[in-house]
Amino acid sequence: MTANTKTTATLDGNEAVARVAYKLSEVIAIYPITPSSPMAEWADEWATGGQKNLWGTVPRVIEMQSEAGAIAALHGAIQAGALATSFTASQGLLLMIPEMFKIAGELTPFCLHVAARTVATHALSIFGDHSDVMACRSTGFAFLCSASVQEAHDLACIAHVATLEGRVPFVHFFDGFRTSHEVAKIVALNDHDLRSLVPEAAVAHHRSRALTPDQPKLRGSSQNPDTYFQAREAVNPFYEALPGVVQETMNRFAMQTGRQYRLFDYFGHPQAERLIIAMGSACETIAEVVEELANRGEPVGLVRVRLFRPFSARAFLKTLPDTVRAIAVLDRTKEPGASGEPLYQEVVTALVDQWAEEFREKPLPRLSSGRYGLASKEFTPAMVKAIYRELDDRRARRRFTVGIVDDVTRLSLPVANEPEFEASEVWRGVFYGLASDGTVGANKNSVKIIGEHTPLWVQAYFVYDSKKAGSLTVSHLRFARRPIRSAYLIKQANFVACHRLSLLERQNLLEVAAPRATVLFNAPFAPEQLWEQLPLEVQQTAVERQLQLFTINAQALADRFGLGGRINTIMQTCFFQLANILPLEEALGAIKETIWATYGRFGKTIAKRNLDAVDAALEHLHPVPLGEVNARRHCQIPEVQDPRPFVRSVTAALIAGRGDELPVSAFPVDGTWPTGTAKWEKRNIALEIPAWDPQVCIQCNKCALVCPHAAIRTKVYPKDLLVSAPPSFLSIAYKGHEFPEHLYTVQVAPEDCTGCRLCYNICPAKDRTNPRHKALEMVPQAPRRDEERRNYEFFLKLPEPDRTALHLDVKTSQFLDPLFEYSGACAGCGETPYIKLLTQLFGDRLLIANATGCSSIYGGNLPTTPYTVNAEGRGPAWSNSLFEDNAEFALGMRLALDQLEAYARDLLQRLTPEIGQELTDALLMAEQNSEAAVVAQRYRVAELRKRLARMASPLAKTLSELADYLVKKTVWAVGGDGWAYDIGFGGLDHVLASGANVNILVLDTEVYSNTGGQQSKATPLGAAAKFAAAGKATPKKDLGLIAMAYGTVYVARVAFAARDQHTLRSFLEAESYPGPSLLIAYSHCIAHGYDLAFAGDQQRRAVQSGYWPIYRFDPRRIHKGENPLQIDMPQPRTPLSEFAYQETRFRMVEQLDRARFHSLLRQEQEEILRRFRLYEQIARLRLPQSGGEEPPGGPS
Amino acid sequence: MIDMKTNYLGLSLPHPVMPGASPLIDDLDTVRRLEDAGAAAIVMHSLFEEQIELEEQNTIWSMEVHAEGYAEALSYFPRPDRFALGPEEYLEHIHRIKAAVAVPVIASLNGVSAAGWLRYGELIEQAGADALELNVYYVPTSTTETSERVEQRVLDILQAVRSRVRIPVAVKLSPFYSALPALGGELAQRGANGLVLFNRFYEPDFDIEALDVVPRLRFSDPDELLLRLHWLAILRPQLHISLAATGGIHSAKDAVKAILAGADAVQIVSALLQFGPAHLSKILRDLARWVEEHGYSSLDEMRGSLSLNRCPNPEAFERGNYMRVLQAWTGQNYR
Repeated sequence: MTANTKTTATLDGNEAVARVAYKLSEVIAIYPITPSSPMAEWADEWATGGQKNLWGTVPRVIEMQSEAGAIAALHGAIQAGALATSFTASQGLLLMIPEMFKIAGELTPFCLHVAARTVATHALSIFGDHSDVMACRSTGFAFLCSASVQEAHDLACIAHVATLEGRVPFVHFFDGFRTSHEVAKIVALNDHDLRSLVPEAAVAHHRSRALTPDQPKLRGSSQNPDTYFQAREAVNPFYEALPGVVQETMNRFAMQTGRQYRLFDYFGHPQAERLIIAMGSACETIAEVVEELANRGEPVGLVRVRLFRPFSARAFLKTLPDTVRAIAVLDRTKEPGASGEPLYQEVVTALVDQWAEEFREKPLPRLSSGRYGLASKEFTPAMVKAIYRELDDRRARRRFTVGIVDDVTRLSLPVANEPEFEASEVWRGVFYGLASDGTVGANKNSVKIIGEHTPLWVQAYFVYDSKKAGSLTVSHLRFARRPIRSAYLIKQANFVACHRLSLLERQNLLEVAAPRATVLFNAPFAPEQLWEQLPLEVQQTAVERQLQLFTINAQALADRFGLGGRINTIMQTCFFQLANILPLEEALGAIKETIWATYGRFGKTIAKRNLDAVDAALEHLHPVPLGEVNARRHCQIPEVQDPRPFVRSVTAALIAGRGDELPVSAFPVDGTWPTGTAKWEKRNIALEIPAWDPQVCIQCNKCALVCPHAAIRTKVYPKDLLVSAPPSFLSIAYKGHEFPEHLYTVQVAPEDCTGCRLCYNICPAKDRTNPRHKALEMVPQAPRRDEERRNYEFFLKLPEPDRTALHLDVKTSQFLDPLFEYSGACAGCGETPYIKLLTQLFGDRLLIANATGCSSIYGGNLPTTPYTVNAEGRGPAWSNSLFEDNAEFALGMRLALDQLEAYARDLLQRLTPEIGQELTDALLMAEQNSEAAVVAQRYRVAELRKRLARMASPLAKTLSELADYLVKKTVWAVGGDGWAYDIGFGGLDHVLASGANVNILVLDTEVYSNTGGQQSKATPLGAAAKFAAAGKATPKKDLGLIAMAYGTVYVARVAFAARDQHTLRSFLEAESYPGPSLLIAYSHCIAHGYDLAFAGDQQRRAVQSGYWPIYRFDPRRIHKGENPLQIDMPQPRTPLSEFAYQETRFRMVEQLDRARFHSLLRQEQEEILRRFRLYEQIARLRLPQSGGEEPPGGPS
Repeated sequence: MIDMKTNYLGLSLPHPVMPGASPLIDDLDTVRRLEDAGAAAIVMHSLFEEQIELEEQNTIWSMEVHAEGYAEALSYFPRPDRFALGPEEYLEHIHRIKAAVAVPVIASLNGVSAAGWLRYGELIEQAGADALELNVYYVPTSTTETSERVEQRVLDILQAVRSRVRIPVAVKLSPFYSALPALGGELAQRGANGLVLFNRFYEPDFDIEALDVVPRLRFSDPDELLLRLHWLAILRPQLHISLAATGGIHSAKDAVKAILAGADAVQIVSALLQFGPAHLSKILRDLARWVEEHGYSSLDEMRGSLSLNRCPNPEAFERGNYMRVLQAWTGQNYR
């Protein structure tokens, strides 16, 4: 390839950056964090495939236990002479800060690529802004910002080169999601480009500074007042030189590629009076508006900031047109209490310092500081215009926000409600699909095809749901003859695709359609029947805008060709036919090529089926004539009937997708949200739901136990309550002796069920004459929805049985109200049944500290919250602090509870004469070791409050406020294996050692589930995961054994779907144990790669094979002269292979390298038996009893 | 030394004893041990059409169905460039076995559908297999599917494969054809070089507590040999193609019976799975001894001597067994 050959590539920002970083690095240490993870995954994939860097070696890619670990490893690598890089964002970047000071202080070339993401404050957000990057300003790193996929690719190179030349380490950042996940066509750098830019002399110089015993030296000394300050100032020349180094690198880059960048780039009217100064993807949108306005003669302009630090005031001022009168500096971050946001501060300092030098007598322009786009809030052309309008006003706000309505501090600019600007020559398509139907993947393919087969420029951006089950995806695709700069969602599409008709039930998806736009439906109706199936609003829009409707029954076609629910290639074919961007033959050829590329690596069957479906698709595509607007049904979402006004207004608006419209005053100021709101979502995502046959049912309640979404429930209740039941409400006499004369019901929540089939598969009750028929059958949801909704409403009104009278076992536990329901977890989730059980057992006295991960997302991701309250209004209190700190966070809660309880007890004792000895004694001495005892204590507290109310003293008032702390509260730290085994292990270990009464529930999916399947130290030997693509070569860390070593920690390893009774007992024992408890809970997961409907069978295989040994280790037994360890299963009796072959994570290893797989499988099989023997030996040990045997050597 | 030479599917073999299709061949070491034990040929287990499709579908399904749907996790698995999911792995294994042993390698193809799948016959040939065993394992369950159509399916599959490969092709059949001799004749006419009798059906057991049907793998029983003997004896005089016995051969005595009935080859699976590859050499030794002790100078002499046209009481094969046993008992009592 020659230097002049321009090759284009269609890829997203992450890949664009990773390609360069990989080529220019030798050591890559990473830790996954959204939205940067794909960069690391690319690097791992290339390294696994043996791809070489520029110097001909394969970079070493290593996943660490945290970002702190990653940056430390990199610090070591660069000190030892390697070229290194990493990829991170948000809290990950924050964890690197201490080491960043070191790396910069040592003037070591290094480049860190950041997909900039919001830092968690009042809430976590995975979305994009610059708050993470800006938190690192003082580290001494240089900060280079990219605004687009092309820039991210190019500036990644410039950053790697400049750090070598200038010795100052770089953060190269770009907007998380908007740039990191936008797919665009770019001109790609090739090896020749890179080679001609990389300064080999600087590389050699870097290596010459390496620590080596051949030329020993020392770094990292400890300095005293006599030295530190001067030594610190010694770096100044490097920072002074760096802007020049970067510009010089940019110039050389331009010579090589023709793409010229500058530290600050001006764009706009040559005599601009109004300027916006900004960084990141917003610049693309601003430039688009500037072009439009400047063409109309408006004197407006934009200064793009590329090198944020070191901020070159001189270069900056040279960029400004001398006509400028007003400047707005935009920051995509918020620093509460600062005199201005970071970029603004730099600009102000630069202007004040240098203005007179550059512009002499001219008055300083008016300056405003604006915030925009926090957490990926849309930043649109209308907002840009609002800013320029504001700048035209002599009374322009000094401080403003744009993109929201701030009715509290009134900072927000009014944004005109005008139609969004969209260049007419740009083709714009919006596609609504379900996550599981492959819409996004197909669109990515289409964009690649168009990018590669036409001279058109392309852009694709994808919006995902915050739910993991049945989630909606929206794809925004643009194609144009010139590069596309619109860094915002499409509001006026000339092509709209609706990949599932039921999506229209809740929302008029055609609102996005431009007049005369083409609309494509996937619908299970004949073309002539489709019109009458459309809701009124959709019909109205179609007629008013004269839309051209087309339909295909893609699902039927997919079924015919054996493609399951994957309609992607069929819909893609129709898109190409209707969009007419490529000659159809060429498009079909390209689709087929893509199919081979995508599926061919797996084999021929699925590829062939897809090819056949493509060939058949077009004859099933039909136009739909517009009819009369006469539908009776409407697009609507179920009404939120909550008595709480906040929920009815704010939560309801969020559910309806109108969150953007809510003003600042609508929101809590401190991130506190009501619980019990998931019940209002009524997502109706299940195609099939379970139907109950009371005659066949054996009333085991296993269905309710395994349900991940609390969407199938059981109740036992007195007969007379049935009087007002709806006609189709089912019940039958209760079979147990503990509730004579009672009725029993299994009821599905039809609109909350995800259709995962776990309940159906776990159901052991078969019809004796027709065993295929079980007590639960899966039936279509739609026809039963209304009836079952009424039944479920009635069911919910039936009372919970008296909790204090229940003898708890698996069956009776499921009569307790779950206080965790309808979460956004995946269909079939293996974690949520544990959390649900936890809330059933202790929900009314439960505090949960939740580590970041899946459980914090389905547990606390707005719009709604799955944690809820019981009939008395009590329920779990929940919070997520961080990923790495959760055990300590829980410990802090415990300390507070203990402290406040101690205070209350002290006050109680002080006030005994007034309160009365008997009540005080009862309150102080209550054991609270059972449900009944806790309830009794609550009655005592109520009585106490009554008595306190009659007392006037301030102490009595304080005690009344604290009295609830006299009732037992239980603290649980909940999180996944990424937290417990890796990033949070240090803290977890500390809490285990503390002796504090904190319960720790590890939802062990054996992989980083939430960020997409990266290996953790819980990943088993032999399983494939990201960063262990060839199968993990080391055994799973035995966290339970480590905890047992303390001898003071209650430890249990459980698997609810294999041994439910054991799981229940372990929860009860852990909670009752007065010290730290650790429950390691087997959690099946979509990252294991099988249909989770069969998770019950698979959990049984896991336990029977000894893959997941179940046991309890209870230190209380030691004092009774018993061995603390009880292995709660027989010897492993089935081979590991029976378990492993069912899961793609294992099978994939076999499919890659059969010999390696079998060797790993053998090792894991041996490991299982070895581990089991070890447990057996521990369980057989006879331990000296306390006060029994003498210590060795006899009494001293 | 006794001449144990045999001709099976046109392959000239030192003797008729070989391992039948089984997972034994997965491990190259075991394959070498089988050769060391004296196996006349190595028969590979089948390349299963359904299984390969299912695995491919499952892998794609589990990787794809959750992908590109959630902002934090656009995928859940690593993305290797290539999977050895399809028949490629099987084809490579033929290569490996061919390289590891000197004896002929008979590959096996199990398919129930038409042409698309059967092109793998060609690939198997290209991979170096010396012969191909076509395993037509099909359970008709519909009341509208006639025996004629079932048989036609077998013939079509043979024909499709036969037209694509030059190596010898054997057809492995189940015993459940209403007119096996006619089908055998038709197969021979359409180019089959041999028949393998019989496929063992995967007979699921019942779990009477769980009221469920439980798939189960069971070793064969020497009793199962009787069915093979019966049909070998009937087919031998009428078909001039190779015949192999498989199912129930656990000892040299069983092998002797099969050869007496007319088998050109005897395939052993269960006994090898139970007792290991070395068991094959024991069977071979015992077989040679029996042949010698009984005065045969070659296997050709004894082959088929108890078949329908040469055995002393052919009616034993032609009549229903129940009838014969009843008469024999009656006769003894009245003598």
